[in-house]
Amino acid sequence: MAEQQTYNYTVVRQFSIMTIVWGIVGMLVGVLIAAQLAWPVLNFDIPWLTFGRLRPLHTNAVVFAFGGCALFATSYYVVQRTCHTRLAFGPLAAFTFWGWQLVILLAAITLPLGITSSKEYAELEWPIDILITLVWVSYALVFFGTILKRRVPHIYVANWFFGAMIITVAMLHLVNSVAVPVSLLKSYSAYAGVQDAMIQWWYGHNAVGFFLTAGFLGIMYYFVPKQAGRPVYSYRLSVVHFWALIFTYIWAGPHHLHYTALPDWAQSLGMVMSLILLAPSWGGMINGIMTLSGAWEKLRTDPVLRLLIVSISFYGMSTFEGPMMSIKTVNALSHYTDWTIGHVHSGALGWVALVSMGSLYYLIPRLFGRELYSLKLVEVHFWTATIGIVLYITSMWVAGIMQGLMWRATNTDGTLTYSFVESVQAMHPYYIVRFLGGAFFLFGSLVMAWNLWKTIKGAQPAVGTIPEPAAAH
Amino acid sequence: MADFTSGFWNWYIIIPTIAGIIACFVMIRWLSSGISPEETGKEMDHVWDEDLVELNNPLPRWWLMMFYITLFFGIGYLTLYPGLGSFAGLLGWSSTGEGSQYEREMALADSRFGPLFERYRDMNIVAVADDEQARRMGERLFVNYCATCHGSDARGAPGFPNLRDNDWLYGGDPAVIEQTILDGRSGVMPAWEAALGAGGVADMTEYVFSLSGRKVDDAAAASGKKKYAQMCASCHGADGTGNHALGAPNLTDNIWLYRGSRKQVMESIARGRNGQMPPHREFLGEDKSHLLAAYVYSLQTGQEADE
Repeated sequence: MAEQQTYNYTVVRQFSIMTIVWGIVGMLVGVLIAAQLAWPVLNFDIPWLTFGRLRPLHTNAVVFAFGGCALFATSYYVVQRTCHTRLAFGPLAAFTFWGWQLVILLAAITLPLGITSSKEYAELEWPIDILITLVWVSYALVFFGTILKRRVPHIYVANWFFGAMIITVAMLHLVNSVAVPVSLLKSYSAYAGVQDAMIQWWYGHNAVGFFLTAGFLGIMYYFVPKQAGRPVYSYRLSVVHFWALIFTYIWAGPHHLHYTALPDWAQSLGMVMSLILLAPSWGGMINGIMTLSGAWEKLRTDPVLRLLIVSISFYGMSTFEGPMMSIKTVNALSHYTDWTIGHVHSGALGWVALVSMGSLYYLIPRLFGRELYSLKLVEVHFWTATIGIVLYITSMWVAGIMQGLMWRATNTDGTLTYSFVESVQAMHPYYIVRFLGGAFFLFGSLVMAWNLWKTIKGAQPAVGTIPEPAAAH
Repeated sequence: MADFTSGFWNWYIIIPTIAGIIACFVMIRWLSSGISPEETGKEMDHVWDEDLVELNNPLPRWWLMMFYITLFFGIGYLTLYPGLGSFAGLLGWSSTGEGSQYEREMALADSRFGPLFERYRDMNIVAVADDEQARRMGERLFVNYCATCHGSDARGAPGFPNLRDNDWLYGGDPAVIEQTILDGRSGVMPAWEAALGAGGVADMTEYVFSLSGRKVDDAAAASGKKKYAQMCASCHGADGTGNHALGAPNLTDNIWLYRGSRKQVMESIARGRNGQMPPHREFLGEDKSHLLAAYVYSLQTGQEADE
C-alpha cells in the first residue's frame, strides 16, 4: 500500500487549478456587469447578456465556483496534512471534484438562459440542487472520514472551521432549497411570504457566515502560520471565537429584513446577535495578525505573506462594518443602497479572494514541486488588487451614502426632494470608479494566473510523503 | 401576539437566546482565567504537520471588554425592545399597529405638512393650476409618484399615456382628471382573435390604419370595415373617434398607446389590452390628488399656450 503513505494531492491540484480558472471567469462577468451599470448600452439587448441574468452568474461563479473550489482545495490539503493521513474515500473525493465542476457548468448554462428559482445565492433549479446535495454529502464523508482516521490526538483548529462550514452549509442548503417542482426546470419554494424571506436570508447571511467566513478562517489558520513560520497566537482565543462565532452567526440573518413585514422581535434579535458577532469575528483577525508577532519584518520581504495579512485586515474591516450596518438606525440609511454592495465586496475581494490567492501562492509550488516563478509578479498582483479593492469600496461608500441621503431628503412641503431617477443619475461617476476598481482587481488576478502558469508549466506533479506525527513536547 | 401559533414557539425563541448569551459569558470568563504566568506565551502541547503549533496566550483585554459590552448591550436592548418571543419590551415600542413609530411619524408629518396641501382643497383646479407654488408642489408629487409610468417629462411610455399631447382617453376636464387620479382606471380592450380569425385581425388592422390616413391595402381595409361596424363601433364609435365615457381610444388621430407598428396594433386587436391606472385616494389622499390633477391639467394648458 505505497499509495497510503502519500497524500492525495491529485484532487487538491485539480481544485486549485479550477480555483484560478473560475476566479477569472467570475471576476470577468463581474467587471462586465459593473460596466453595464455605468453604460447600460452594454446589455446589447441580448436577453442572456443582460444584467439581470449575468448578476446571479457572477455571484454564483465567484462564491461557489471560485470560493468553493478554493475551499475544497485547501480543506483537502489541510485536513490530510494536519491529520497525517491520506484523504479518506479517494474515489468519492474525485467525485466531489467532477460533481462540483458539473454543478458550475450547469449554473453557467442555466442562469444566462433565465432558468432560476429566483432565490438570491440559491438560484439554481432543483435538479442542480440535488446534485449539489450529493456532492456536499460526499465532501462531508471524505472530510470527516479523514478526521476519524487521523494519527494525531488533537484536531487542528483549521479543521474545526472547515467542519463547521461543511455541516452548516449542508443544513442551510437543504432547508432553503425545499421546493415543489412543476417541471424539470421550474420549481416553487415550499415557503411563502415573509417566512420565505426569512428562510432565504437565514440561508443568505449564513452562506456568508459559514461558507465565506468560517471556511476561509480555516484557510487562514493553516496558511498564515505556515507562510509566516510562526505559531498560532492564542489557542484560547481560537476556542472562544470559534464557538462564539458559530453560535452567533446563525442568528444574524434577520438584519437583511429590517423595516419589512418581518416581526419586530425577529428584527431585534437579528440586530442584537449581529452586534455580539463583532468580538467573535475579530477573534479570528487578532489570531491571524498576531501570529506574525516576532516576525513583522517578513512583511517587507514576503509579498505572499503581505497578501494574507492584508486579507485579514479587510476581514477585520468588513466584520466591523457589518455589525454597524445591522444597527437599525444605520440600516435605515444603508439598506437598498450600494453601500451594501461595497460592504460585500470589501469582504469578497479583500478577504475571501485575497486569502484564497495567498494560499494558492503557497499551494501551487508545493503541489508541483517547483519554486514560485516570480515574487516580483506577486508584488504587482498585491498592489493592483489592493488599489482595485480600495477604488471599489470607497466609491460604493460615497455612492451608497449619497443614495441613502437623496432618497430620504424632503422639501419643506414634505415631498421628496429627488425622484428615484435623479439618484440613479448621480450614481454614474461612482459606477465608473467601481468598474475601474473591478478591472484593477481582475488584472491582478490575471497576473497571478500567468505567474502560477509559469510555475506549473512543464512540472511533474509532486508526491507528498506522509511524515510521522511529531512527538508532543 | 399573533406572531406565534402556540406558546411553545415563544419559549423556543426565549430560551436559546438567553441560554446562548449566558453561555458566551460563561465561556469567556472561564477561558480568560486560570492561566499561570509560566504558561503564558508558551507553546501548547500539540504539533501538527511537522511545525504547526499554538501559543498559550490570554484573551486580549480590550477584546474581552468589547465582547462584554456587546453582550450587555444585547441584554439591555432585549429588555427595552421586542425580541424575546412575545415579550413586548419595557418601552412598548412597535413598528406597526396602534401607537407604533410608523403611526406617530405619519401623524407628525400630517400635522406639519397637511395644512400646506389643505389650503388648495377648496380652490378649483383651474385656479390651482395658475398658482405657481401649487404647480411646483404638484410637480414634485408627480415626479415621485407618477413618473415611474408616465415619465418624468409626463410624455408617457408604451402602455402609459402621454399626458402632454391633449389626447385624453377619459377626457381632459379638470374634474375628470381628478377622478382618474383618485379612483384609477381600468382600460380593457377584449381579445378579438377568436372572433376575427388571423386573417380578420390583419384586415381590421388595415382598416384601423386607414382611419388615421395611413397607407393601407384597400381590399383588406374594406373587408375590415364590415366587421368594424359589428365589433368595434360600439366602443370606438362608428367614425372611430373613440368614447371618453368608456376610455375607448380615438383611432383617427394616429396616436398609439401601445405603439403604432403593424405588429403592435395586430397584437392589440388579437390579444386585447389591459391598462391599469391605480387609484390614489387611499394612498395619497384627496388634497394631494387635487394638486396632482392641477399639475396634470397645467401640462395640457401649457401646451395650448405654446401653439
